[in-house]
Amino acid sequence: MALLEVDALQTHFRTPDGINRAVDGVSFHVNAGETLAIVGESGCGKSVTAMSILRLIPEPPGKIAGAIRFNGKNLLEASDKEMRAIRGNEISMIFQEPMTSLNPVLTVGRQIGETLRLHQGLSAQAAEDRAVEMLNLVGIPEAKRRVKEYPHQLSGGMRQRVMIAIALACNPKLLIADEPTTALDVTIQAQILDLMRDLKHRVGAAIVLITHDLGVVAEVAERVVVMYAGKKVEEAPVHALFNSPRHPYTQGLLGSVPKLGSSLTGEATRLAEIPGLVPSLKQKIPGCVFASRCPHATDLCTAVAPALEEKAPGHVAACHYALREGALAA
Amino acid sequence: MSTAPLLQVNDLKKHFPIHGGFFGGVTAKVYAVDGISFDIAKGETLSLVGESGCGKSTVGKALLRLFPLTDGQVILGGERIDDMPAATLRPIRRRMQVVFQDPFSSLNPRMRVRDILAEPIRNFGLAKNSADLEARLVALMDKVRLPKDAINRWPHEFSGGQRQRIGIARALAGEPDLIICDEAVSALDVSVKAQIVNLLQDLQKELGLAMLFISHDLAIVEHMTHRVAVMYLGKIVEVAPRRSLFGAPKHPYTEALLSAVPQPTPGIQRQRVILKGDVPSPINPPKGCRFHTRCPYAFDRCRVEEPPLRPIHDAMGEGHVAACHLHDLPDAENPLAGAKGAALLAVG
Repeated sequence: MALLEVDALQTHFRTPDGINRAVDGVSFHVNAGETLAIVGESGCGKSVTAMSILRLIPEPPGKIAGAIRFNGKNLLEASDKEMRAIRGNEISMIFQEPMTSLNPVLTVGRQIGETLRLHQGLSAQAAEDRAVEMLNLVGIPEAKRRVKEYPHQLSGGMRQRVMIAIALACNPKLLIADEPTTALDVTIQAQILDLMRDLKHRVGAAIVLITHDLGVVAEVAERVVVMYAGKKVEEAPVHALFNSPRHPYTQGLLGSVPKLGSSLTGEATRLAEIPGLVPSLKQKIPGCVFASRCPHATDLCTAVAPALEEKAPGHVAACHYALREGALAA
Repeated sequence: MSTAPLLQVNDLKKHFPIHGGFFGGVTAKVYAVDGISFDIAKGETLSLVGESGCGKSTVGKALLRLFPLTDGQVILGGERIDDMPAATLRPIRRRMQVVFQDPFSSLNPRMRVRDILAEPIRNFGLAKNSADLEARLVALMDKVRLPKDAINRWPHEFSGGQRQRIGIARALAGEPDLIICDEAVSALDVSVKAQIVNLLQDLQKELGLAMLFISHDLAIVEHMTHRVAVMYLGKIVEVAPRRSLFGAPKHPYTEALLSAVPQPTPGIQRQRVILKGDVPSPINPPKGCRFHTRCPYAFDRCRVEEPPLRPIHDAMGEGHVAACHLHDLPDAENPLAGAKGAALLAVG
């Protein structure tokens, strides 16, 4: 049994001008100890998916339907009290903005200790000792002094390390990281990604990594879900996705990022464009969500939504024309 | 390339005072840009790269004289513009235009696209009559591949990528020689970013524009630049033509930057240099080489003596300068001798 199973998740928002179908029937699973990346551009529903797993979406205006089974238990049916026992304990989350997601008026040690005191009933002193341990674990020097400092005294990279320390304090089984390195500089991003890889080996938590950066995906993920306009359009092991993407959107996405070193290998001088814009999520799209921008779209695509089909072992894509294994041209 | 550069910058400095204390006097200074020199030829793209806080945006704003300079010279087309009185400078501003990062805050929400684009044309008196103005507006919309009928719409009716096209059209309206792109594609989504990058490249070829491309995204920079200048803590540490910089980085900071960028190729084996710690504060930059606190190769000399920018031998091409003491060592002891780029980037 998978650690987390998301089944036909729908998160819709009621807005003054219609229902916004932010996530519209997304299914995936995460095995224990695995790293799954969810990629897509802004507005594709990747963050809403993450927030829905922890039920952080205010209802109303939001409405979550489907099933989210964690260790076999449907979180959508759990009571608020049960959810509180899970958040930060068995499932924890790292947010993008280390500036705004820490409390500015509490010391770092207190914020790490809070989850420990709440979930594990540690005393104030024991929680602080454990906070020092956690800061050491995430590689913050002089942890004893830092534990008494406030977020504004730390740099962006340090704050993100503190966020990770908070998230890992209770040894969660699942860690959801929503764009954990997007706000950071490249050299700091390299430090944090390195830390996440290292901690994964030591702590053994499964990770759901949400990002738009295909470079980060290639470096950390084992399996990838590609989302577009609230739908899952492709899912594959990381090598298969980058080497033989099946969905035209994934192909377009991969073609539109330049690779570092292109001037040395003399590769393509022009980036591939995906023409047009992401469609509005407020209108129901009868056919394929990508049809309006797809270079291969036909009448079939605008009329009938393609189902997710297994094109190769473990590799699914929602496209009428995506090639199956064996039929792959060139 | 022609002999005299279009833009020449000599020892540019910009220090911001920090006020404090009982009388509100200047208690410290932020050394945002601390003595940098470079030039840009006509039709050339020079990229300025570095991490946040290194002073790259300050350079762009200083060139545009959006604030007074602390020291240094800026020479545009043979004329010194850094000490020019505002009235004399005004017509010259036409020649240097800017595209900002955030397409949402850089367009006036109360002006129609028509007025946004017509403003520079009117300001600089470029149109002969109203028919000419109209023709120019239509041509601008066409240049940035926006539909002509969109000209009467408001900025909020456009997506981020389309707004950035409007921003580019506004920069082109003054018929500039140089466009400064300050993180012009950083805020855009991957697929839209590719559209704007392609547009900028097309326009540059079509109009022979020079470009100062300020960015932290090395893959995009490599894709569209001719030369690259790397900044760290208010100084330029390395300048080189594109192939030389990416193929044979000669400064440890450049090397670390290149190796830090995640590559969209799973499972590649590459040489990694992960820097320790954070960028020091530009209020109190380290003595000696500013990079020595994070440099994996720093030795005693780096802590006391600041290395000057000087030409470095590079088998990949001419015009490579870097500021690093390592190049005084014999090749066998110099970790940056030879071409390491391919190993850092895992290509080729």
